[in-house]
Formats: sequence, C-alpha cells, structure tokens
Amino acid sequence: MTGTPQDREPHVLIVDDATIRCEGSWIIPHLTMLNTLLTEIQWPLVRDLVWDVVNIRAMDTGGAIVLYRTMRELRSKGHQVSLEGLRPEFEDLMQFVSSHWDRVHPALPVKEHKQENLKWWVSRHTGHMVNALAFVGEATVHMFRSLRRPSMIRWRALFHSLDRDGYHALPITGLLAFLMGVVIAYQGAEQLRQFGANIFVVDLVGISLFREISPLIVAILIAGRSGSAYAAQIGTMKVTEELDAVRTLGLSPMQLLVLPRVFALVIAVPLLTVYADILGVIGGALVASSQLNVSGVEFVGRFEESVALRHFFIGMGKAPCFAVIIAMVGCYQGFQIRSNVDDVGKRTTIGVVQSIFLVIVFDAVCSIVFSWWNI
Amino acid sequence: MASDTIQHRNPVIEVSHVCTRFGDAVVHDDVNVTIMSGEIFAIAGGNGSGKSTLLREIIGLQAQAEGSIRLFGQDMAELRGQGAQHVYRRLGVMFQQGGLFSSLTLAENVAVPLREHTDVSAELIRDIVAVKIATVELPMDSADKFPSELSGGMRRRAALARAIVMDPELLFLDEPTAGLDPIIAAGFDALVLQLKAVLGLTVVMVTHDLDSLWRIADRVAVLGNGTILGVGTMHELSESSDPIIHEYFHGPRGRAAQSQYEVS
Repeated sequence: MTGTPQDREPHVLIVDDATIRCEGSWIIPHLTMLNTLLTEIQWPLVRDLVWDVVNIRAMDTGGAIVLYRTMRELRSKGHQVSLEGLRPEFEDLMQFVSSHWDRVHPALPVKEHKQENLKWWVSRHTGHMVNALAFVGEATVHMFRSLRRPSMIRWRALFHSLDRDGYHALPITGLLAFLMGVVIAYQGAEQLRQFGANIFVVDLVGISLFREISPLIVAILIAGRSGSAYAAQIGTMKVTEELDAVRTLGLSPMQLLVLPRVFALVIAVPLLTVYADILGVIGGALVASSQLNVSGVEFVGRFEESVALRHFFIGMGKAPCFAVIIAMVGCYQGFQIRSNVDDVGKRTTIGVVQSIFLVIVFDAVCSIVFSWWNI
Repeated sequence: MASDTIQHRNPVIEVSHVCTRFGDAVVHDDVNVTIMSGEIFAIAGGNGSGKSTLLREIIGLQAQAEGSIRLFGQDMAELRGQGAQHVYRRLGVMFQQGGLFSSLTLAENVAVPLREHTDVSAELIRDIVAVKIATVELPMDSADKFPSELSGGMRRRAALARAIVMDPELLFLDEPTAGLDPIIAAGFDALVLQLKAVLGLTVVMVTHDLDSLWRIADRVAVLGNGTILGVGTMHELSESSDPIIHEYFHGPRGRAAQSQYEVS
C-alpha cells in the first residue's frame, strides 16, 4: 500500500458543477463502497470535468483501477477529463495501471464452453475405449511373456503387494464374511421356521456364500482397499515424473508396476475367498444353533450331503477373474492421470466405481451362463 | 543504495537469535537480521544453508526452536487466528513451485485473495485480475488455462500475480529465477524492480542467482554454517574477508556476474 494507510472512508462529491472532489483512502478494502458511490453519481452534463484528487490519502492498484475505469467511461461519453492535484507518489501508479489497462482491453476472453455434441461425445468415448483396449492388450502380452520366462517377474514387488493387499486384508474380510453369514442365516431363519424347514439353513448359507457372497464381498473390499491404492500410487508416480524415469531407464512400467499387482491379486483374492467362505459358514452355523436349534454336528452333516463341491469351485473360479478386473482397472486409471494433482482423486474414485461395476456385471453374466449349463 | 529515496525507513522484519534444529542437525544457530521497509533484501547462501527454512520461519509456516521473529512489529508466534490473518493480508508469497491451485484457472487463481478477503464485485475483480496478469506480462489468452497447461516460467509469473493482487506491503519470493532461462530471469528482475518502484513494496527474496543479486538486491544476507556470515550491499560483501563469502562471490560464476554488472 502506497503512502501511510490512514484509513478514511472514500468520498466522491460534485462541487460547482464541473469538479469532482475525491477524498479518503482509495484502497482495496473500500472498493465496493467506491464502486457504488461512482455508479450512483449523476454526472454533470458539462463537457469539461475536473477530478480534484488532492485529498486522496491512500491509493493502491485497486483504487487506481477504479479511478482509471471511471475516467475512461466518462471520456467515452464525450467528456474531457483531467486530474488535478494527484500526489506524486500516486502518479506512477496511475501511469502503471493505465499502461497495463490498454493491453488488457478488450477485457478477459469469455470462457468458451466445449460443444458437447454427439460427435464430440462419441469420439471421446471411443477414444477411451481404444485406450483401455490397448492397455489390456499390452498387459496381456506382457503377462504371457512373463509366464514363459518367470525370471522376468518382479518377485519383490509381487510379494510386497501380496503382503499389503492380501495378508493385511485378512481381518476386515474375515469380519465382514462372518457378519454376512450371520445376516443370511438370520434372514432365512424367520422364513424357514414357518415351514419347519430349519435344517435348510445349511443349504441357504453354504450355497449362497460359496457361489456368490464370499467372492463378491472380497472383490468389493479389495476394489476399495487396493484398486484405489493402485490408481493413486501409479498416478502419483506419473505426477512426480517417476513413470517417465522408469521408461527412460529402459524399464517397462507394465513389467515393473502392473504385472506384480495383477499377479498378487490373482493369488490373494482366491485365498481370501476361501477364508471368507470358512468364516461366513461359521457365522451361519452360530445363528443356526442359537435361533433354529440346528446343532453344529447336524450342520456339518447336512453340509456334506447338500452343498455340492461345484458351488465352491464356481466361487473360486470367479475370484481370480475379479482380481484381474480390479487390478487392471486400478492400474489403468492410474496411467490415465495427467500431471495434475486434482486428477489423482478423480481417477481413484472412477477406478473403484468402475471395478465394482465390472465385477458385478461379470458376476451376473456368469450366473446366466451357469444357469444355461444347469450347474 | 536506495536509502536516500525512502522517507520512513522502519524495520518490517526483525529476526533475533533464531535457532533451528531438525533432530540433531543444527540449521540455524543464532541468526539475526533486520529488514527495513522499501528495500529489496536477498537471502543468499549455498544449498542446505537454511535459506528457505529461514523464509518459511519468517512467513510463519514453520516454527523456530528458539528466538523471535517479528513482522510489522508483531511476534508471529504470539499471534493466533485473527491476528495472524491480519498480518497475512499484508504480505504476498511466491513459492518456488508456484503453489497455484491446480483445479483453478490462472485468472481464478489470481482472483482467490480478492474473492476470499474482500466483497469486491465480480466485474471489478476481473478488471483487477486482468491488470495484474498484464503486469506480470502474461498473455491474456492464458487467463483461462489451468496451471498444468502453463510452462514453468508462466507458472512463476502467475504465482507472482497472485502474490501481488492485494497490493501487499511485503513480498516474499522463494528462488524466483531458479530454472528460468536468462532472458526470462532478467525480465523477472526488471519486474520486481518496477513493482518495488511503483507499489513501494518491501521485497524479501531467497536466491542464489548471482546475476539477480547484483542487479536488484539492495542488501544481501549470506547464510552459512548456521549463521549470518555477512550483511550488506553486494559491493560490501564482495570485499568481505570471510572465506565462505569470498568463495561465493569470487568463484568463476561470481566473478562473471560481477564483471557483467560493473560493465553495464
């Protein structure tokens, strides 16, 4: 702020018809007040206007802009405007503002909105699809290459991922699977008791958990826990130019970052599913014995004869597919992040939503196919 | 250098007996500096000498272990909430990486202080922002670009535009010319001089750009060994007998910068 900030409210007065007397502090905190003062003024109709600014005590760029703007406006209406008594320290400032103003005019460009027409929409989405397909293709090529030559696999990264995304997910998946078993048994109990069909709680819990609930619960948890982390990790590496460094060092980001994560989840998700199966059934059995008088021994006996092994294998078959979907979507979204911190959050969210969506779509397709085959 | 033109020279920043430690590492051991209003004060020193740390402590982003730092006569450590807010409105900071908000366009970034701290109308904000963008010599068509779409030099200028949008009394520049090409760096120096002349700013800058030290700094403090090795104009410092300062100014680059300055 130029000069001593003696903070006085600004005033604009019209004296003897042709003189505009300005007073007070023309500084940013008073700009709104100044602006209303200036817009409410009835400008004299004489041609020559004199601005008496000797009493302006303080002025900053904001004040100078308002003054200059008003003077320009008056000039454009055909007035002759002159400044009188401007303090020397403000002269530079006025000069400074006027010289820059002329470069600014016509003011800032108005934002153009992208035309969201059909063509643009289609080209954008086909672009995304082509990108995604290219990513899947590249990953598949690399996957087969590493399977042929296991020495290419980054074992350290794989085991690290296995530990973080598999082992550390045990408590939460276990707890949730147990609770799912409890919930299913409770919901079934009420209905089954009406028909005296208590023992069928075993079929209900066993089949639904093995075929659907366990793999889905694990997949959804892993999508939230690890899929999002993959997107954020790879995205942050892109922002910090680590990905570029990887490429220029002659390494492949696919080999280094994507495959270990995909392999780790392909191993971890089925194992977690088995674990979830066991805990879910224990939950169901507890409710069965407390609510339906089905003892543990009866439960196990019925389990052996009614829950066919194929249900277990169907669930276990889906688990690695879910794992591939989650890992690929997470990594793909990570690579889509441009060098922009804002993108990290956005892409992470998209990654989780997309992977859960794809997991459920895949699951639905499986159900339809299996019902055709009667298994 | 500029002391004759400044009418009321009073201390704006007083750093006294500041010590800073990170674990066992001692960064500052009894640092004392007084920065007067209206001067361009540079903090120089080698890598790791604690220049940026000192700057962060002055701005109040980091707490020193001992000693006091007063801005406009107020101890930042004692100010809480509203008081600190009030001090922050009187200063502008340009961070090394710019610190621009990546979700806002350049014009929106520059407008943030006005929008948050004043009730100025949107139309007037646009005019002020446009003048500030012109001041830092950015093209008007970059106003609607996001920081990620700007080059490093443009981002630096945009950050400067945001720092000066409220006409602060005190402007902090962290390595303003690092990583800029010589032409743009020289332009930046000229810009700082012009801002100081027109707006009457006090400028505190951290730099090890010897060219810009010679060209624009009124006084320079050289940090080293955890303390201030010397304070003065560049001429005074270039005649200093301190071995580190001597090394700093009389290395090959230092001499080149000096000779260039003295010829011109």
